[in-house]
Amino acid sequence: MDARTPAAVLPRDRTGDVIDVRGVSMRYSGAGGGVLALKDINFAVADGEFMAIVGPSGCGKTTLLKILAGLLGGFEGGASLKGTPIARPRRDIGVVFQSPVLFPWRSVLGNVMLPADVQRLNKVELRRRAMDLIKLVRLDGFEHRYPWELSGGMQQRVGIVRALVHDPAMLLMDEPFGALDAMTREAMNVELQRIWMERRKTVLFITHSVGEAVFLADRVLVMTPRPGKIQDELTIDLPRPRALEIMNTEAFGAYVKRIRLALNAGGVLD
Amino acid sequence: MRNVRNFTLRLALIGLVLAFWEGAVAYFAVPRFVLPPPSQVFYGLYNGFGSGLYLDHLQVTLVETFMGFALGCCLAFLFGTMVALSRALEYFFYPFIVMFQAMPKVALAPIIIVWFGLGLASKVVNAALVAFFPLMVNTIVGLKSAEEDRVSLMRSLAANKWQIFWMLQLPNAMPYIFAGLEIAMIFALIGAIVGEFVGAEKGLGMLIQSMNFTMDVAGQFSVLLTLSFLGLVLNGMVGFLRRRILFWDAASKAEAAATSVEKASAL
Repeated sequence: MDARTPAAVLPRDRTGDVIDVRGVSMRYSGAGGGVLALKDINFAVADGEFMAIVGPSGCGKTTLLKILAGLLGGFEGGASLKGTPIARPRRDIGVVFQSPVLFPWRSVLGNVMLPADVQRLNKVELRRRAMDLIKLVRLDGFEHRYPWELSGGMQQRVGIVRALVHDPAMLLMDEPFGALDAMTREAMNVELQRIWMERRKTVLFITHSVGEAVFLADRVLVMTPRPGKIQDELTIDLPRPRALEIMNTEAFGAYVKRIRLALNAGGVLD
Repeated sequence: MRNVRNFTLRLALIGLVLAFWEGAVAYFAVPRFVLPPPSQVFYGLYNGFGSGLYLDHLQVTLVETFMGFALGCCLAFLFGTMVALSRALEYFFYPFIVMFQAMPKVALAPIIIVWFGLGLASKVVNAALVAFFPLMVNTIVGLKSAEEDRVSLMRSLAANKWQIFWMLQLPNAMPYIFAGLEIAMIFALIGAIVGEFVGAEKGLGMLIQSMNFTMDVAGQFSVLLTLSFLGLVLNGMVGFLRRRILFWDAASKAEAAATSVEKASAL
């Protein structure tokens, strides 16, 4: 059992864990011993769980995501996905970046099929999955359009579909809605919840928006900077599907308040 | 309506300049071997094409230019790709690149003639040499310009180096490569003409040279007109291909910022 789990969180069965992070520290080399980006990070994400990590910029959450995506080596401790250590990029992870990162020379369908092309997967089967997912995010009719013909929210939905098309065990999302305007962002949160409830993927969702984390997640890790560490962990016990109005409820407010307290305790003023 | 009016004004201005030129040459009695009137230039053009003389030479220059362009561009693309993908090659070849880039390549033409003779080969080599650098430099810059996020995406999908090259770096470099091709096309023509100046049996450059000896300035002007038309056509051909292949580039750029510069150049 994870000794660092706060007492408020009930002991849980860890056999169904998809992600297991144990004692991960990361130091970027540089003058004066470098910068300690992550300090002794411990957590686990269960199969089908929606986990959010909330924290200010510079708290190391993107570093953590890069480690989990296999894009960054040289860290201490262990990170494993479905029981096998993460050492390099893996095919059973889908990543959604802050910007949609679409290739303008590929159509919507072409962008979505990128993982199939790279990993030489069955084109016919993947194409069918792609079309299903495109329908799921309500982009049907746009599959032969090009990225520049879509709005920012639509582009990011293409990015999400691309991360899901090869049926990864884990979806890593790095502030995927950070570049969108506030209203589109709320709509995308509702959309993401709907997709998640339909597909039940394990999600690790990184954000600097406290409200977004509480709205979407089953569990929230609060990270604070210098050095990046986990300040608090809480389970969000709100019924699903959650509508945007839930943000005005007392229970929602209590979660937000607790996260803000944890952030302040970690020296973050917002 | 406005476009039609502007176009008419444009034509009228060209007509006005030609009329002024014609009148001034006649009024000041400028000798023909200094500045011929436009009527003489057009007469030379008519004569040259009518007798088949210009077409004969044009064909030679065209073949030289195309072969030089093809040779220079193939080598430039291969070499540029190797340098862009290999740190070691870049490190060791960089001094050579810098040195050759600073050198005016046309100054090599006399040596090339000595090495490759008065025929086709020397002009092709000369054209290739001049066309080589703009494309090589653009290939290197283009292949290295892939955005960090896009590389991360490819890596997160467990793509290997070749897949990153084929699926990301190469398409991403295409706008740069086409810009290089457009320059290389015109440069190849320059290379061929300079080669013909230095020593040739046929070609429009050689024709200009021989007209110079007979003080046929009107004839030279008419060949110059032919050359500039040729340059326009060659450039237009590459431009046509670029718009076809890089439809996504123009469109995504227009979406990002419909700048006035682009609008102006579209005229």
